[in-house]
Amino acid sequence: MAAIVTPESDTVAAPMQRALREAFYAAVIALGLFVLFIGLKTDQNIKNELILVQRWGLLAAVVIITAVGRFLYVGFGQPAIERAKARKAAAPAAVAEPGFVSRNFNKIGITALVLYPVAIVALVGLQGSLKWVDNFGIQILIYVMLAWGLNIVVGLAGLLDLGYVAFYAVGAYAYALLGTHYGLSFWILLPAAGAMAAMWGVLLGFPVLRLRGDYLAIVTLAFGEIIRLVIINWREVTNGSAGISGIPKVTFFGLMSFNVSDPNYIGKVLHIATSSAYYKIFLYYLILALALFTAFVTIRLRRLPVGRAWEALREDEIACRSLGINTTTTKLTAFATGAMFGGFAGSFFAARQGFVSPESFVFLESAIILAIVVLGGMGSLGGIAVAAVVMIGGTEILRELDFLKAVFGPDFTPELYRMLLFGMAMVIVMLWKPRGFVGSREPTAFLKERRAVSSSFTKEGHG
Amino acid sequence: MNANPPINDAILQVEHLSMKFGGLVAIGDLSFRAKRGEITALIGPNGAGKTTVFNCITGFYKPSEGMITLNRSDGSSFLLERLPNHEIPARAKVARTFQNIRLFSGMTLLENLLVAQHNKLMKASGYTVLGLFGFSSYRKVSAESVDLAKHWLEKANLVDRADDPAGDLPYGAQRRLEIARAMCTGPELLCLDEPAAGLNPKESLALNELLMDIKNNSGTSILLIEHDMSVVMQISDHVVVLEYGRKISDGDPKTVRTDPRVIAAYLGVDDEEVETVLTEVGDEEVIEQLDTGPDSAHGPGNSASMLAGPVSDTVGHSNGGERVTVEKGAGKADRSGPRAPDERQSTDKSGGRK
Repeated sequence: MAAIVTPESDTVAAPMQRALREAFYAAVIALGLFVLFIGLKTDQNIKNELILVQRWGLLAAVVIITAVGRFLYVGFGQPAIERAKARKAAAPAAVAEPGFVSRNFNKIGITALVLYPVAIVALVGLQGSLKWVDNFGIQILIYVMLAWGLNIVVGLAGLLDLGYVAFYAVGAYAYALLGTHYGLSFWILLPAAGAMAAMWGVLLGFPVLRLRGDYLAIVTLAFGEIIRLVIINWREVTNGSAGISGIPKVTFFGLMSFNVSDPNYIGKVLHIATSSAYYKIFLYYLILALALFTAFVTIRLRRLPVGRAWEALREDEIACRSLGINTTTTKLTAFATGAMFGGFAGSFFAARQGFVSPESFVFLESAIILAIVVLGGMGSLGGIAVAAVVMIGGTEILRELDFLKAVFGPDFTPELYRMLLFGMAMVIVMLWKPRGFVGSREPTAFLKERRAVSSSFTKEGHG
Repeated sequence: MNANPPINDAILQVEHLSMKFGGLVAIGDLSFRAKRGEITALIGPNGAGKTTVFNCITGFYKPSEGMITLNRSDGSSFLLERLPNHEIPARAKVARTFQNIRLFSGMTLLENLLVAQHNKLMKASGYTVLGLFGFSSYRKVSAESVDLAKHWLEKANLVDRADDPAGDLPYGAQRRLEIARAMCTGPELLCLDEPAAGLNPKESLALNELLMDIKNNSGTSILLIEHDMSVVMQISDHVVVLEYGRKISDGDPKTVRTDPRVIAAYLGVDDEEVETVLTEVGDEEVIEQLDTGPDSAHGPGNSASMLAGPVSDTVGHSNGGERVTVEKGAGKADRSGPRAPDERQSTDKSGGRK
């Protein structure tokens, strides 16, 4: 309607007059829309009869709010936006000199992560640090690692994998079963779990080599569900839905253990007070090391021919074949490498929880990991780490927001709104930055200067 | 023309190649050879099956019948129809470009050329394992590959934009980059699918120079599909003309240009009318040729294949006005003497004649 009036005529016709007119239209539309929704409400009276409750006051309030909102937006909001745009256009294109933080983002980030447990212990004491190191630190870093692993498949090779959690499950069960039955050490089983997950990655890769896009997504989704259902139903081995408990803890390379009863318990060796926080802090540094290892390998691989071939595969598979690249092995290595990191993360998860059950490996986990990759910006490690902090940290912090009970009443449990907020955050980020936090791509080689490639040129891949 | 040259003189031999899609015969019993160190052009009206021939040669299609032999300069030869798709560039050293440009648009120019050297780099990086630990042997080969990329960027006149994304380049530069990328695979045969399509005259000239440079200095033979006759006639040494999937003429550019079948194909007249048309316009040379019967060296007439026969039975024989319009501008560009079809065209055509 009037919304398509051009900005030039805005300034000519009195803006206030136009704002009033638009406010009136908005009020009429709101009235028409809400007269039945809000104005009338069906209810049951004491005799169980259906009655109509009339709520004209509420309706009037809604309509007035709509009209006033439209008036303010058209009368003041739009001109302000126009002015801001004009100022921006008139100003000379300021050369975006990267600030100190953005230039040293990685160094600052890693330093902060290394110092995080120390700072927490210093702030809230050893016992108080449990929650912050475990629920926030370890939880977020597991997702960072998983997302970085999936990033190889989705972000670099452009193969949409909706069943990534299957490899996480393979790694977790590999450690849980071999650790409980054979008593093998975590340090032996970590690479074994990675290798096993990689093998499953190749097994998944073979049938889906010819699939692309939506079809690939569906088949990987099914693969994730198959692994979960096998775990549930193969009771003799996996103990079904009851899960496996009593998974051995990680030792400090066999030198110190974190079981209070052991003779080489860390407290006894180092002559410090008994506390469960040591194990959590150790696990924190372990997952940090694993995550950084993932990042290191990813960065290294991107500069190697195989990494370039992955990205080329995402850009154009046919051109890849015309250049003599074996797309079969290239895809399989992407699946295997991504799955391997999923397996590492899985075995860490089993060691941390001491208990695994199929409930931890539902499709929602795959979806969250994929959402982190997409939100962070496919292919960008920094962006993905930030997305994991925002998404996982954000949902964890909801548990801490007790003051919301004062606002919404004592029945309000913020955790229940986790998914709602997750979804809203995704929608907002996608509107604001359609290619994720970091949409641009760092080139892997350069002649004169390294310039980030704008997201408008990179492709998402077709499967 | 090429009366039984020694086998190794030909880098590519296509023998009795047929490609059928269901009932549609896209290529019927096609045989030709491309000589080493020459530029061979494959021309024909739209829908003649030129790109299908390319797809058969580069392994994107598996031909229904026939044999495609590639003889490398080291004496080895490959049957391309038996090699898997990705091994044709890797082992038989055949590189190609695409009619609709297929660059890695989100990667920089340099990265595009490095991806092209994938197999060499992969071997040097010990299939990733050695490279992951940063062995110096890989670093050396990696530096060499950057030098090779730089060499071809210079040839393609793109070195200033080496660090820009490929998708950011103008169209003509993208065409040149695609050729440079194909050359980075170190091919012995370079197949170019309409490299001059969409280029302006200046870019077209630059392309000619690039192709002549490749031919003269890199020892790579070129097989070329092109509609732009100025490119074909200027640079090609040998021309093969297709119509409805069959070869109708084969020879050096001059011979092909005067071949009545080619003229008929490009003007879109029925085969029976060719003689009439040519007699009308009074081209004595052609009439003389026609009197002696169709050239027995080529054309479907002498084919041994069961596919021989009136092609119009298998492929709809429409007089596409489109075919004529494509070639109108192209045909006039480099005519060295008065030829029949021009007389039938409007007068503005004759301006292009010398």
